Amino acid sequence: MKIHEYQAKELFARAGIPVPPGTVVDTPERAEAEAAKIGKPVVVKAQVLVGGRGKAGGVKIAQTPSDAREKAAQILGLDIKGEKVQRVLITEAVDIAREIYVGVILDRRAHQPLIMASAEGGVEIEVTARENPGAIQRVWVDPRYGAHPFQVRRLAMALVNDAELARPTADIIEKLYRLYDDLDASLAEINPLVVTADRRVLAVDAKLNFDDNALYRHADIEAMRDVGAEDAGEVRARAEGLSFVRLSGNVGCVVNGAGLAMATMDLVKTYGGQPANFLDIGGSSRPEKVVSALSIILEDPSVRSILFNIFGGITRCDDVARGLVAAFAQMKLKQPVVVRLTGTNEIEAREILRQIPSLHAAETMDEAVKKAIELAA
Amino acid sequence: MSVMIDKNTRLVVQGITGRDGSFHASQMRAYGTNLVAGVTPGKGGTAFEGDVPIFESVHDAVDATGANTSVIYVRAPFAADAICEAADAGVRVIVCITEGVAVRDMLRVAAFVKERGVRLLGPNCPGLIAPRARVKVGILPGSIVLPGSVGVVSRSGTLTYEVVFQLTRAGIGQSTCIGIGGDPVIGTNFIDVLRMFEGDEETEAVVMIGEIGGSDEEEAAAFIHEKMTKPVVSFIAGQTAPAGKRMGHAGAIVTGGSGTAADKIAALSAAGVRVAKVPSEIVPLIAAAAPALRRA
Repeated sequence: MKIHEYQAKELFARAGIPVPPGTVVDTPERAEAEAAKIGKPVVVKAQVLVGGRGKAGGVKIAQTPSDAREKAAQILGLDIKGEKVQRVLITEAVDIAREIYVGVILDRRAHQPLIMASAEGGVEIEVTARENPGAIQRVWVDPRYGAHPFQVRRLAMALVNDAELARPTADIIEKLYRLYDDLDASLAEINPLVVTADRRVLAVDAKLNFDDNALYRHADIEAMRDVGAEDAGEVRARAEGLSFVRLSGNVGCVVNGAGLAMATMDLVKTYGGQPANFLDIGGSSRPEKVVSALSIILEDPSVRSILFNIFGGITRCDDVARGLVAAFAQMKLKQPVVVRLTGTNEIEAREILRQIPSLHAAETMDEAVKKAIELAA
Repeated sequence: MSVMIDKNTRLVVQGITGRDGSFHASQMRAYGTNLVAGVTPGKGGTAFEGDVPIFESVHDAVDATGANTSVIYVRAPFAADAICEAADAGVRVIVCITEGVAVRDMLRVAAFVKERGVRLLGPNCPGLIAPRARVKVGILPGSIVLPGSVGVVSRSGTLTYEVVFQLTRAGIGQSTCIGIGGDPVIGTNFIDVLRMFEGDEETEAVVMIGEIGGSDEEEAAAFIHEKMTKPVVSFIAGQTAPAGKRMGHAGAIVTGGSGTAADKIAALSAAGVRVAKVPSEIVPLIAAAAPALRRA
């Protein structure tokens, strides 16, 4: 789960990481009022969950309150990679002397959190990794002990090369790691961490992503979820216990199991079609799950055909087929449906599916995918 | 011989009285697994199916029955502790089926089991099955496998079943089929299993099914290139997955441009692995790579 910059900065401030003063607003008028309160030049920053807002014109400096109103009016309502800007953060523009990058991520291979840092802040870490990999410092943390103060001191010194600045820098890095660990974050990033002209160290940006599997123990974080910024179908699917990702094609896919669902999407593309979605319906053959899966997919008007690819293992194919028959009885579908059931009791299943003459039955995954593409054309 | 499990496997099921635990305990038993004990705190002293004793703790189960392998079906918030309990009780192989375990918990668990030299498979995995020995631990369906000499290893569940079933239909049997799990932090990775298959007399060729996210496939490619003599055929799922989106599995996500299917396919191809473009290509590729495979 992702949260906005202004929310991450609230968590930063609570943890003792210094951030420039700022307020989130949703109208140009309030932007002007907040800029007047700050009484200095401000930065107007789009609050979106997608990355790349700077390049998309979502971050602008305003010299005066009326300028802030104008800039906020330009940014509010802007479409950034499909996400509409609903709020902007009005924050003090600080006098930047140096920019540093600090991030905590999971090193899947090492089974340890990894603090990555670079004296070249303000640039995406992926870009630094590609263009100047030697500039990246890496510190692995034993999750049982946390970040040792000595590790963080050495890292801070390597970044700022100034004993006086290293102290507040180390303090911020230590607190960032603690936030990452305490809140079950999957990413905690400050880019840039700024050294100001008057030698203060401040988190000018803030990014926190969270491990969805740990949200059950962080109700305060879950409450920060911006449902409005997420895809409506994905929000609904989550509530129904389905795993769903919307794509841009016209072949709707209903599959059991995440790996098979990905392989099915890939196959649609391989044979010249475009998948409309990723959907893992899970291990259950309950008709109500099939119904909600179908209704989420059909919210997208570009879907022209629907492909079921189900492997019956422990759940037998004939049970799944009965579930499908019950589900289709409840729904009036305009789109053609291709069903491919394989595994345990598949022959019985195909017999049951004959009750619905409009269904296109297929024996193999390849045949089913080709048929669904043909019907979507 | 199969890997990780065989006829000497003495299984304890953690969470045996739950819905999934009891269902799969029956399935495993019916397939041929030697189920010796169950554990559910609060239900100690009762029995499963009339003759499998249920204990308060894994320690009690191991002391009383000599259980050497554990399978975990407890709910996600309790799974990390269940793994540590099994490791501490002296079980040698732990299979965690539970989906949704927090990464922070798994990091601590991974260190805990490593210190004790215990083999952990999963979490969020279907487990494993050895068709010749007729032993399965987990949720893989016994009806789709065939004894033979292809080792199958995968990060997925149903996609594995799909591929195994295609092999079985083509008369190509399997030595052991292993699901390592779809989470970012798992106990056993591709290299661990490839090393076991390389050393396993029964295994003559390997099918490795990967997916987007992480770099396990790339590391496996280097291992195959340097250490493996047996042919490996692979398939990578998620070629059409958009970046930054989690595709069902917690670990199936492309972040910052890394973990893409294209990178994995390139690394495997460069290591001499035959990579199937579509799942149905796996059977012809494995048949071509290991023409001497015994057909059932």
